[in-house]
Amino acid sequence: MAKFEVPKLGEFLRTPAIEVNAMAHSAPYKANAEHQAKLGFPGELVDDWHDVAIAKMGDLLSKYRSLPVFLDSCVKCGACTDKCHYYLGTADPKNMPVARQDLLRKVYRRYFTVAGKYVPWLVGAEDLTQEVLDDWYTYFHQCSQCRRCSVYCPYGIDTAEISMAGREILDTIGVGQKYSNEIIGKVFKIGNNLGLPQPALADTLEGLEEDVEEETAISVRFPLDQYGADILLVTPSADFFAEPHVDGLIGYAKVLHEAGLSWTLSSVASEAANFGLFVGSYENMRDVALRIREAALELGVKRIVFGECGHAWRVAYSFLNTLAGPFDFLDQRYPVPQHIVEVTHDLMQRGAIRLDPSANDERRITFHDSCNVARASRMGDLPGGQFQLPRDLLRASCNHYFDMPADTIGEATFCCGGGGGLLTDDLVELRVKGALPRMQALKDVVERHQVTHMAAICAICKSQFAKVMPYYGFEMDQILSVHQLVGDALVMGHGR
Amino acid sequence: MNLITVVFALSFYLASAVLGYGLLMKVRQYWRTPAPLKIPTTPAPTTRWGAILRMMREVVLFSSLFKASKWTWIFGWLLHAALLLVFLRHLRYVTEPVWAVAQIAQPLGIYAGFVMLLGLIGLAVRRLAVARVRYISAPSDHLMLALLAAIVCSGLLLKFVLPTDVAGFKAFMLGLLRFDWQPIPTDALLLTHLVLVLVLMIIFPFSKLLHAPGLFFSPTRNQVDNSRERRHAVRWTEELRRPPDG
Repeated sequence: MAKFEVPKLGEFLRTPAIEVNAMAHSAPYKANAEHQAKLGFPGELVDDWHDVAIAKMGDLLSKYRSLPVFLDSCVKCGACTDKCHYYLGTADPKNMPVARQDLLRKVYRRYFTVAGKYVPWLVGAEDLTQEVLDDWYTYFHQCSQCRRCSVYCPYGIDTAEISMAGREILDTIGVGQKYSNEIIGKVFKIGNNLGLPQPALADTLEGLEEDVEEETAISVRFPLDQYGADILLVTPSADFFAEPHVDGLIGYAKVLHEAGLSWTLSSVASEAANFGLFVGSYENMRDVALRIREAALELGVKRIVFGECGHAWRVAYSFLNTLAGPFDFLDQRYPVPQHIVEVTHDLMQRGAIRLDPSANDERRITFHDSCNVARASRMGDLPGGQFQLPRDLLRASCNHYFDMPADTIGEATFCCGGGGGLLTDDLVELRVKGALPRMQALKDVVERHQVTHMAAICAICKSQFAKVMPYYGFEMDQILSVHQLVGDALVMGHGR
Repeated sequence: MNLITVVFALSFYLASAVLGYGLLMKVRQYWRTPAPLKIPTTPAPTTRWGAILRMMREVVLFSSLFKASKWTWIFGWLLHAALLLVFLRHLRYVTEPVWAVAQIAQPLGIYAGFVMLLGLIGLAVRRLAVARVRYISAPSDHLMLALLAAIVCSGLLLKFVLPTDVAGFKAFMLGLLRFDWQPIPTDALLLTHLVLVLVLMIIFPFSKLLHAPGLFFSPTRNQVDNSRERRHAVRWTEELRRPPDG
């Protein structure tokens, strides 16, 4: 592991002066031919990569309105330059959203605009060279696609759209990222990101049933592939074994048990995550999403509910209907799909479950709004429900709840630093530095309110924080699942 | 009919054609390119009217920029608001009788040029003084501000220092509209002002000034947050669908 300097937490977050090429050395491992083949991409850099890349860019420009609009509209006003957590943490100017976009924009201008064709020097247009290609790979993998920049852009330019397009072009010419592409391949082959086959999954769930019974003396079931259940629960596979994820899964199971709802997991769709989003590939994202439709049909369920996973909820909430719908075979009295937080919130409001916040009295809690939930989805009926509902659950489950500073939560939330396909050990320096703004905000509530734990509703956030918090002097177990706190506060046996 | 009049008359037709046709082609491209996925930046309005209101807030108030940077917002907003007044005021040179909106804008519009200049200077200083913004600036970004400033300065000089034959100029403009060419006043300051405006019109559809039509087509701002209630689909994604599996 390369040595690097961990940023220092100061009194407040400051915008660093630019340091050209500060992160030019950071690029993830490349996918090998086998990883690429499973996704339908060439196994190595194709001979005519220049022409293929430009042709692919033209293809994408004709398929996604966001691309021509975003590439044409930027006026370089600089509003986004101090908004990206990776810029704030690394000071590399190519991590400023506009500069990251410009890596693609300068090539777009050169090949697709009049000004760039005839006066490239005037408008900053450039040929697609090997150096530009290397910059694409390096810096499109320093974007977690968190959309914070898009909140502040006067034209709503979303750098996530740009980095997704960039990654798709790279995949098309044979330059893929190992982490994301290997995982998508595993989902196709086995059903989940971890490569956990059905027997292992069944075994794990059985073990969880025993653990919960031992702890609570109540037999809470974790059903798998149960035909005829009402609810199909689709959850990130991290929930099946790792702390703090698994405590969240136990929380969902307790809530569903307590409410008397019939539910099941699926070994076909044993993964909520959809890394097809990260690599910008519509076809791969759709194929991953279709597993969920197939599982719902096979198991004859009436509802689909998603567990705590940020980008999965974006794909589920915003795209699932498009990718794999219509879902007219499901119970139309419930939104399709639902988030587990929506389900629990509804049960709480209807009095179907009871929460005793004193159970969490030894904890002082804050909440990390996950980027994809915050800026690319919704919960409940009202805009902003994605901020309100989880906080309602936390306030009902904990007597000591405190928000982090207003400019670091809600729509202004900072990414954990590990989203968008960057949650891999070969990018640990980037992940640590990208977590700086969130760590600064956490330090603020720790000092002002003696907060002991941060709750999150995203598997990537939880894994990322468990990894990077120790670099900033926190403990790795200070990150919790929202449904762990709910599960701990849940009064079992209520109403029976 | 002198040569200068002929050159300027033809230039005005050419510039108008480039501006009109260029913008039309760009808008057509944006219009025809599908947006296959729902990507509004949330929280987003859940109704069509809500989305229209959100767009109006962006267009009129620059609400996202306001969240981002107060300095950029104040200079940018002043520039655009003053530009609107100046533009409306200038309608008096191409309407007879003069449209009411041009008359209303006239008293403020005369001085709005100074506000535009203030906005332009503020933005130029930011572009040069803030290292992050300087880093992302191409020559065209600096030159665009310079071009606008030159138009404003020549206009202000015409209004307050070296007045031109306004009646003669209006006759020229009306003549263009009626295809009945009248001689253009030939003082250098006016012609400079006009040449700069013609340049602006011609580069509009090929430059970052496309942010004007672009904003209206921005999916993160104009889409309705109703993906669970209404299935969003476009042709190319539907054609990719596998055979129904149930």
